Amino acid sequence: MSTEASFSQVDLRIEGELTIYRADELKRALIEPLSVGIRLVVDLAAVTELDTCGLQLLMLAKRTASAVQAELQLVAHSPAVLEVFELLNVAAFFGDHLVIAPSPASKG
Amino acid sequence: MNLDQALLIFIAESRELLEDMESSLLALEQTEDKTELINSIFRAAHTIKGSSGLFSLDHVVAFTHVVENVLDKVRAGTLPIGDELVATLLLCCDHISSLIDGVQAGQTEANEQSNDAGEPLLAQLHAVLGTPVGASAALVAGADRDATQRIQAKGKGTGSDYWHISLQFGPEVLRNGLDPLSFIRYLTTLGRIVDILTVPDRLPLAADMDPEVCYLAYEIHLDTAADKAAIERAFEFVQGECRLRIVAPNSRMEEYIRLIQESPEISERVGELMVRCGALTRQELDTALSTQADSVPQRQIGAILLEQQAVPVEVVDAALQKQKQVKEIQAQESRSIRVDADKLDQLINLVGELIIVGAGVKLVARKAGVADLLQKTTKLAGLVEQVRDSALQLRMVKIAATFNRFQRVVHDVSRDLGKDIGLVIAGEDTELDKTVVEKIGDPLMHLVRNSMDHGIESAELRAARGKPAQGTVRLNAFHDSGSIVITVEDDGGGLKRERILAKAIERGLIEAGHNLNDTEIYGLIFEPGFSTADKITNLSGRGVGLDVVKRNITALRGNVEINSQEGVGTIVTVRLPLTLAIIDGFLVEVGKSVFAIPLDMIEECVAYSAEPGHNYTNLRGEVLPFIRLRELFTVSAPITRRENIVVLKHMGKKVGLVVDTLLGEFQTVIKPLDAVFDQVKCISGSTILGSGDVALILDVPTLVHEATAGPGAAANASASSVSDMALAA
Repeated sequence: MSTEASFSQVDLRIEGELTIYRADELKRALIEPLSVGIRLVVDLAAVTELDTCGLQLLMLAKRTASAVQAELQLVAHSPAVLEVFELLNVAAFFGDHLVIAPSPASKG
Repeated sequence: MNLDQALLIFIAESRELLEDMESSLLALEQTEDKTELINSIFRAAHTIKGSSGLFSLDHVVAFTHVVENVLDKVRAGTLPIGDELVATLLLCCDHISSLIDGVQAGQTEANEQSNDAGEPLLAQLHAVLGTPVGASAALVAGADRDATQRIQAKGKGTGSDYWHISLQFGPEVLRNGLDPLSFIRYLTTLGRIVDILTVPDRLPLAADMDPEVCYLAYEIHLDTAADKAAIERAFEFVQGECRLRIVAPNSRMEEYIRLIQESPEISERVGELMVRCGALTRQELDTALSTQADSVPQRQIGAILLEQQAVPVEVVDAALQKQKQVKEIQAQESRSIRVDADKLDQLINLVGELIIVGAGVKLVARKAGVADLLQKTTKLAGLVEQVRDSALQLRMVKIAATFNRFQRVVHDVSRDLGKDIGLVIAGEDTELDKTVVEKIGDPLMHLVRNSMDHGIESAELRAARGKPAQGTVRLNAFHDSGSIVITVEDDGGGLKRERILAKAIERGLIEAGHNLNDTEIYGLIFEPGFSTADKITNLSGRGVGLDVVKRNITALRGNVEINSQEGVGTIVTVRLPLTLAIIDGFLVEVGKSVFAIPLDMIEECVAYSAEPGHNYTNLRGEVLPFIRLRELFTVSAPITRRENIVVLKHMGKKVGLVVDTLLGEFQTVIKPLDAVFDQVKCISGSTILGSGDVALILDVPTLVHEATAGPGAAANASASSVSDMALAA
């Protein structure tokens, strides 16, 4: 996982599993930037697995963002993420632009 | 629940389903209204497919899927079901069952062998379906489309055409290593998820949120042919950890409304989802909710909707009926539980030990001579006896399952033989020990096949003899004085007494001129290497079999007898003990050795008397042959007082047993004898007395046989070695 911060935007790239095994770490990484009210861009291209716990954290981040008037943007969804989003029909919840092609494309 | 256990349950359930499927298939021929049976066959195949999917047993799913497609067409009435198809489907049953066997043996993927076995069947099924062999995938899509169309076609009822599943997982599921996602993924194997709503409303603020707690809930619309139980089964692993509400397609609006009311925090969303899926129209939802708010609290929303003519009356009635059925099934399920056979065995063992120790305590109490203690131990003994009886009762199963297997055997074999044979079953409610049930299957199979192959004559011969064209094999079971009796009867040609006799003499089994009664002569066919069949078929007639039958039955402490009338039929009677573990025994003493006799074989006890110089006595005018145990086991201790005769009865024959002392009743825990003592006659096992001494259990059938076979025959050399063993033990 790598975080890159600029003046008004934090770029977070999550690599590997987005699952319960890293729940605490992920929660901190997702929520802390938002709590200071800036724009968070999460790159999901390297996510190999997404479970309910991970999805829940993304949803939490989205809600937190709208509560504090910050912004959360998910980009470059990996196939593993897309599969779950599609199965659970949550794409609309996040409102991000999805690239349907399985290959991780450039920023949306 | 770990997966291994779940897999075991899956295997057990699949076997049951396959049995159901088989019996339903067999019953099809005789039933007028086939709808119910076809439905149950379809359900069985469908459930097996669904559960196999849960365990990723793709090869089982693939094969069962094609079977299911065929059954679906039969169900829809587009495919007639005849003898040929029934036979094919029976083979498919067998194949699935062998796949399940493979799964049990740890083989979770298809291999060449199973493919080879499955392919010809698949080819047949595809031929029936009229689709090319490799077209399974296309078939799937086609079948799904069919289903969808069907649902849409009947969509004139009220409400949605889809199942509505409202699912809320408990907070701990994630920590317990379960992922709700996998359950939803599994649902897609049952059918198509039409719409799904992931509800994050329970998510707390970021600061209060524990990332390992599950907050999400789901509202799902599912398009599936599966029934409610199958959907519920998908969530079996999280039972108790999730709130699951399933609303059937075309349910009453009340159901939906109630669902909405039960989950207030998400009610609006659910309502919207229903509107989106067409379960309710927006107007209906608004009207129903607002009317309810206005009206007096006792008024049900269903009633309101009815008044407004929103729901046709018959739909309400039908739905009520359906709910009632579901409830009844659930009530039935909760009445029985599945228990590991090993646990039962352990219980029986413990009860056995309890009996032995109990007998020891009784002995001590008697020695101590304390009246209170004696009274209590007597009460205790009574209770132990009850515990024993109910523990043994737990192991008792009905013989119906074993008998019903023979429907299939008779169906198949009669096809093979080209004979028209029907099976008549009686006494299928008779209960017997599970171990006995398991072991009696094969011997019975042999007997039934034998009856069909050799017993029942060809159609022409039957016609010539004035018998009905259809031959009949009868299976019957009943209880008779501590044993269970199973009979296999046929109305065929019967045994040819003279030919058996001639053959036996030719084989050197008996000597010419030996006088035998009918039963003894017919009994000869159970001797090793004996077969009178003129031609050998692949079913029987090779001279192996009947002796194995006899050996198996004898190993269960049972016996077999045959009776026949030439041209009329044959009846084979198998007699087995009810249980193999604990019996009521009667103790007798000879010298210093104690012997146990199964109580239900004892007719009475009388004081010793004998016709001078003979081994028989006069029992109320009857001749009663007897055996002196002292001689049989060469007990050397001298006779100290007046002897007694125990009168044994077995299979209608009475025999006396001369003993020294009668010690009374004793709960006998049967301990098997070591293989070393296999050759010892007249002893069937041993038991431990309260004092810790060993007593031998007498084998009454053998004793009776020996005593009635001829004077002096009983006291043979092999028996005489027993006395040393008894004393040493």
